[in-house]
Amino acid sequence: MTEKNSSNGLMGWIDARFPATKMWEEHLSKYYAPKNFNFWYFFGSLALLILVIQIVTGIFLTMHYKPDGDLAFTSVEYIMRDVDWGWLIRYLHSTGASAFFIVVYLHMFRGVMYGSYQKPRELIWLFGMFIFLALMAEAFMGYLLPWGQMSYWGAQVIISLFGAIPVIGDELTLWIRGDFVISDATLNRFFALHVIAVPLVLLLLVVMHILALHEVGSNNPEGIEIKKFKDENGIPLDGIPFHPYYSVKDMVGVVVFLILFSVVVFFMPEMGGYFLEHANFVPANQFKTPEHIAPVWYFTPFYAILRAIPDKLLGVIAMFGSIVMLFLLPWIDRGKVKSIRYRSTSFKWLLAMLVVSFVGLGYLGALPLSDTRTFFARVYSIGYFGFFIGLWWISKNENTKPVPERIQ
Amino acid sequence: MSSDDVDNNRRRFLTAATVVVGAVGTGAVAIPFVKSWNPSARAKSAGAPVEANISKLEPGQQIIFKWQGKPVWVVRRDEEILAMLKNSKLTDSLRDVNSDESIQPEYTKNAYRSIKPEYLVMVGICTHLGCSPSYRPEITADFYGGFFCPCHGSKFDFAGRVYSGVPAPTNLTVPPHYFISDDVILIGEDGVA
Amino acid sequence: MVKALFIVAGLLLPVLGWAAADDNTYPNDEISIDWDDKVAMQRGARTFVNYCMSCHSAAYSRFNRVGKDLGISDEMVRENLIFTTDYNGHKTKVGELMKTTMTDEYAEQAFGTVPPDLSLIARSRGVNWIYNYLRGFYVDESRDGLGMNNGVFEDVGMPHVLVELQGYQVPKMKTRTDSNGKEHEVIVGFEIIKPGTMTKSEYDQTVHDLVAFLDYLAEPYKQTRRNVGTGVIIFLFVFLILTYLLKKEYWKDIH
Repeated sequence: MTEKNSSNGLMGWIDARFPATKMWEEHLSKYYAPKNFNFWYFFGSLALLILVIQIVTGIFLTMHYKPDGDLAFTSVEYIMRDVDWGWLIRYLHSTGASAFFIVVYLHMFRGVMYGSYQKPRELIWLFGMFIFLALMAEAFMGYLLPWGQMSYWGAQVIISLFGAIPVIGDELTLWIRGDFVISDATLNRFFALHVIAVPLVLLLLVVMHILALHEVGSNNPEGIEIKKFKDENGIPLDGIPFHPYYSVKDMVGVVVFLILFSVVVFFMPEMGGYFLEHANFVPANQFKTPEHIAPVWYFTPFYAILRAIPDKLLGVIAMFGSIVMLFLLPWIDRGKVKSIRYRSTSFKWLLAMLVVSFVGLGYLGALPLSDTRTFFARVYSIGYFGFFIGLWWISKNENTKPVPERIQ
Repeated sequence: MSSDDVDNNRRRFLTAATVVVGAVGTGAVAIPFVKSWNPSARAKSAGAPVEANISKLEPGQQIIFKWQGKPVWVVRRDEEILAMLKNSKLTDSLRDVNSDESIQPEYTKNAYRSIKPEYLVMVGICTHLGCSPSYRPEITADFYGGFFCPCHGSKFDFAGRVYSGVPAPTNLTVPPHYFISDDVILIGEDGVA
Repeated sequence: MVKALFIVAGLLLPVLGWAAADDNTYPNDEISIDWDDKVAMQRGARTFVNYCMSCHSAAYSRFNRVGKDLGISDEMVRENLIFTTDYNGHKTKVGELMKTTMTDEYAEQAFGTVPPDLSLIARSRGVNWIYNYLRGFYVDESRDGLGMNNGVFEDVGMPHVLVELQGYQVPKMKTRTDSNGKEHEVIVGFEIIKPGTMTKSEYDQTVHDLVAFLDYLAEPYKQTRRNVGTGVIIFLFVFLILTYLLKKEYWKDIH
């Protein structure tokens, strides 16, 4: 018989009133994860760490920041210069935002590589995609807050995209902005959403994401379901308890991440103008548009798709469509084999095409337009969408290799 | 597999070492956040010493200056007031005649609680719960003039010394200050000894 | 397999590297700033308050912070770097922000635009740009009132404030054909027609020091940042060794 709580002492008192030991066991000490997690399996826990970093540094920034069009920019410099250690809190937050996207993109890539979105994990994937959307909204609104030139004009460009929606477009953009142009009204509401509303939504989604994962059990690089073979106690033969094995392994991942993170925070926080854009060191001026408006690097792939299409509305549709494709992945992929290790050569080429296209689009999205660049943006857009179309096509009767039963 | 004992000891040691170093690291990370609550350079600049011009101050009058966000009174006392400060009828009803419990610079720990007897410099915040007492120069039967706090009725004399039997526990605070010239007091800094 | 992915990705990317921006500005030099040379920054601070602060503010910076970081005492800062007073005639305090006294209205009237705050100019424009800009003024009769133009910032509204130091120079032009086959007149050098109080190398040094100061002004805590970072990363490496050993120890259980 498995005891799910302690009967003695403090823990006994708590367990009689709150499922502390039960939760500890269900999610940590008796959550059996596959024993073959590799490098690609670090990014989930890293994403959680970064979420905590962003919330803590964000709260401390809010203690000094002023969400007012006349005061915002100055308050950021006040934090950087007059507040003790304010510069560190600011750099942690700005680097954390970029780190969040690097980690999340790699985390999503793992999902595509190992088929983690396939049955029975479709809901985990959907929650993840909603987290991704919420994260993009959070980053977009957070970027307006410093009220620099790029903050202002980047927001201006993106919000005006909503104007492309037929019939309601103009009313919608007016409603979002709260004014006829991006103004103090916009800043204040974005502040409220960025500091309170979206973080709460994010936290809720992350909890649901993890609960859904634990309900079904983790996937692994072989794409094998470890619950198929259990011992006499019901424990998967190829599973190991998350605690202590993965808590201890994830600690190493955390420390390596923190080293890389610290190198950026302390030695190159601007990252050549990609993490902190040069134009954003100039206060927002609604009468003077910067020469070159570019979104922050993590939005550039989608921005490139938008610009590649010559029509405004179709461009917006294509841009949102590129994300909708990701939502639909569990149903687009009709294959039954999960991991790239046992999938066809065609799949591998498609995945390569996806990566090259996504990175290529990202690179182009940061640059000013030219005929050559627009041409390549179109090529890479086709490559990006081509992955989904191609996957749908080949996955029905895919030339896969036999998948082993057990993890070697 | 080798004896479990050795493994467990190593595990315990490594776990303990990691936890301790981790705790040190976490503590170190907490420091900048805690320090960010200290007064910023802006607060310190706003709290910088203030020049108080008293050239127009008549005897019996009070001017209020602002220093570190607090009211600071400068009162010009005449001969009559100064004589009364030593009157035993007054000093007997005071809680801390020698200012042993209150906060004031060394150079103002005297009968007049000031550098020059004529000029009283004092922080205008009641030592009870922080209200700002009113200036009551009139002398009555049971009040020898000074300051009266409307919030809970504490009374202070013309040197800011607190009466016994009122809620306020100590005499009013004297801030560091010195005379830059006869007409100007710098509030917030001790003068050169 | 992952390796193959990256190889393919790497192969395709360089294609995009072409069509970099043309730089037809002159001068076009690069500057190197030694953050340990505080004396150069002190000279730059002096130039800044004497020549620039009549029109430009450095409104995010405080005088005493500049003093503390560059090794100048509060007294010396008060005496040599502060020229403004408040409405009562009291000299601006050493803990105050470095603001200019020129009002926005006056600036609009005199220059058509408000001279930008310079606290962050080294981060938005970059040190090389500023270094070249301040040495790029040349005589241009066609510009009403100013009589000057600039090889880095064409038709700039700022007068050549340092002209008494540098002297007057005229551009040496050359015709160049660009990648589209069009012909352009570009500046390839300058010639002093009326010398100022400094030689070219003295002036370059003065501008260098000013830019060094502006670099400091844009991020005063840069050295602290790096020093703390070194400590943090060393600590993390030590911690890494511990966590790695711990991981290896526990994972002996797994095969």
